[in-house]
Amino acid sequence: MIEVNRGPKRAITEVDSLADKEQQHVVTEAPDVAGASREDIVEFLLKTGGWSLIDQRPYNVLAGRDVEPANIFISTFDTAPLAPDLNKVVEGREAAFQKGLDALGRLTHGKVHLGLDGRKGHMPADVYANATDVEKHYFRGPHPCGNVGIQIHHIAPITSNMKVWTLGVQDVITIGGLFLNGTYDATRVIALTGEPLGEHVYVRTQIGANIAELLKGISVDDNTRIISGDVLSGEKKSANGYMNIESDQLTAIAEGDHYDMFGWLVPSKALPSISNTYPNFLFKNMKFVPDTNTHGERRAFVVTGQYEKMLPMDIYPQHLMKAILAQDFERMEGLGIYELSEEDIALCEFACTSKQPLQNILREGLDLMREQG
Amino acid sequence: MGLIDQFKKLEPDKEKRPFLHTVYDGFFTFLYTPNFVTKGGVHIRDGMDLKRTMVTVVLALQLCYVFGTWNIGHQHFIALGEHMGYFDALHLKIAYGLTKILPLFIWTHIVGLGIEFFFAARKGHGIEEGFLVTGALIPLIMPPDLPIWILCLAIAFAVIIGKEAFGGTGMNIWNIALLARVFVFFAYPTTISGDEVWVSGIESTAAGAMADYSWWHTGFFNGLFDWFGWSTFDPMATVADGYTGATPLALAYQGGWEAVTQVYSEGQMIWGAIPGSVGETSKPLIIVGALILIGAGIGSWRIMVGMLLGAIGMSMLLNVWGATPFMEVPWQYQLYMGSFFFAMAFMATDPVTASSTHRGKWIYGAFIGAIGMIIRVMNPAYPEGWMLAILILNTFAPLIDHYVIEANMTKRLKRA
Repeated sequence: MIEVNRGPKRAITEVDSLADKEQQHVVTEAPDVAGASREDIVEFLLKTGGWSLIDQRPYNVLAGRDVEPANIFISTFDTAPLAPDLNKVVEGREAAFQKGLDALGRLTHGKVHLGLDGRKGHMPADVYANATDVEKHYFRGPHPCGNVGIQIHHIAPITSNMKVWTLGVQDVITIGGLFLNGTYDATRVIALTGEPLGEHVYVRTQIGANIAELLKGISVDDNTRIISGDVLSGEKKSANGYMNIESDQLTAIAEGDHYDMFGWLVPSKALPSISNTYPNFLFKNMKFVPDTNTHGERRAFVVTGQYEKMLPMDIYPQHLMKAILAQDFERMEGLGIYELSEEDIALCEFACTSKQPLQNILREGLDLMREQG
Repeated sequence: MGLIDQFKKLEPDKEKRPFLHTVYDGFFTFLYTPNFVTKGGVHIRDGMDLKRTMVTVVLALQLCYVFGTWNIGHQHFIALGEHMGYFDALHLKIAYGLTKILPLFIWTHIVGLGIEFFFAARKGHGIEEGFLVTGALIPLIMPPDLPIWILCLAIAFAVIIGKEAFGGTGMNIWNIALLARVFVFFAYPTTISGDEVWVSGIESTAAGAMADYSWWHTGFFNGLFDWFGWSTFDPMATVADGYTGATPLALAYQGGWEAVTQVYSEGQMIWGAIPGSVGETSKPLIIVGALILIGAGIGSWRIMVGMLLGAIGMSMLLNVWGATPFMEVPWQYQLYMGSFFFAMAFMATDPVTASSTHRGKWIYGAFIGAIGMIIRVMNPAYPEGWMLAILILNTFAPLIDHYVIEANMTKRLKRA
């Protein structure tokens, strides 16, 4: 261990550790997935660290050890901007993936639900399409249809006293590896994406890899933002920071700290927008380089109906946000706060004309609800 | 960038001169989109902001402005019995229209923006752009000859009581532009109802009444046009024999559709060469504006279609009832008259005061259509129903939303 970094209120934010040159594994004898009791499987996951890969909703937090989830959900495709192809990520690790599904199946009294890519021109890998002992659901549509939260909403929505678990594909693979070989496989396939990095590449590395190491040999402009995750809901990192545990993507994007003359008026340059007021609305293949400029100042909620377009759920996001700001618990619950996590609302935040920080507001609401039990 | 540095040198001190700083900030953000970058949450943002939204609405109104300017002049000369053809003496009609519309526009902005700047400085936040649209709408919904002091009073009332008292842009309950109009309507009814107010620049609609010109017409423009060798304003002109100045709605109230068509052709009514508020008359140009709003995702098509269905449904019901000649006007012709389309495209769709849920928008629109039609047809005191119908539904929009949201909540809680 090299150092421990603390954030506000002395909360631990980072523990830096140096990996050994030679990776050595503790081999733990794994219980037989089909034969062992649920307690044995839970115990094994807790002991080996596999447990920390399981997320629990509502609130999108670490799974509780005494919780038996209503269902477990895994999305096998990612629709976020420049997202990695999860068919590639699973390559060579198919057996571990299926083993992981089998193990998860023992943890719930409900089902393990697999969200599959049903979009035109996309084919889920065989290991996804032929997975056994799971419920398979095909989803079709633009982002955020690959988000597990959206898929849960359409399969079996979360209600007030319900808890469900979610995992990423690579988390399932690690858990499967534990049962297959008795070792914790911390390998992660990560996509390096974004215009400043040039050609997109996949690298095989470890959980929490150092970003400077990942970008070795690639010259990146100083005025570039490095994000662990995608541009919608990833986390900003320093050039010498570390990847987040759940990220399978690193994105670089130019910082947008520039002024635009008559930026609110002139439609001369292409910009990402849902508003059809930029030339790329007419010329679909027009290229542009997005940056982090906000393209305007923060305002009160004015435009309506915009978020609903960006969120394929039976939820009124704007009213939910107002309920959170007003700390109206009954409304928050009634309007479906349990079903949402930050990544689901991220596209609404992108489109927001009033530049409201929806993900922050939602997190505040989720924390409030959690505190109140 | 040289210009931006020059501009930044002018920045007044925020502490010492808060008002000047607010004004500076307003102009600076008008000139340049600020260099803010995203912090936490999303890393990229849509190019659309509230300024651009508002400006798009203002752009969608421009055709109404151009047409309205011409139509003020055209109606004026129709009353005098001169230059009756659409394209006759275009320069006179446009010049005349400009002398009427520019004061309305300029004074609207002086008063409205002045109040906006003052409150922004008082509250210590940036100038918000809500008044851009309000300021563009108000001249279009007023009679061309409205006295400027009444206009200023109405705007001050609407902006202070209607908006700032509730917390500024995005917080108001009623549509600001309509609030200004309704103020004039109830405080100074003679300036905004009857037959005479919709045609500009005549003393009355009686035959032989004098045309009313100012120095701008007889001095400035006549001098200019004389020099070009073009036709000029005739200061001795009088209102022609047989001219009534009645609007289609007034005629329909008296004698149904027949009475209307005796004076106006269908083409005239559709294209908008009829007396009325400045920007409300030309249906095709308003529809172009509506399509711009829908295309840019700013105006809600749900409200527009809901309102259309509500109005058509109600006029069909009234057709069946048929107690007065106005009730018998076939539903499609109801749409030819008055300011239905303008209200539908630009007034009912104001997102702040309308219902905010999809289902709520349908209900909100349909009720405006139905209630507006009832007011138009059944109440002789109000020449047109949309202003009142929209303000009534503005009041009820939160209630509609409340029930739509309750239904959503009940559905969700039932699942548990």
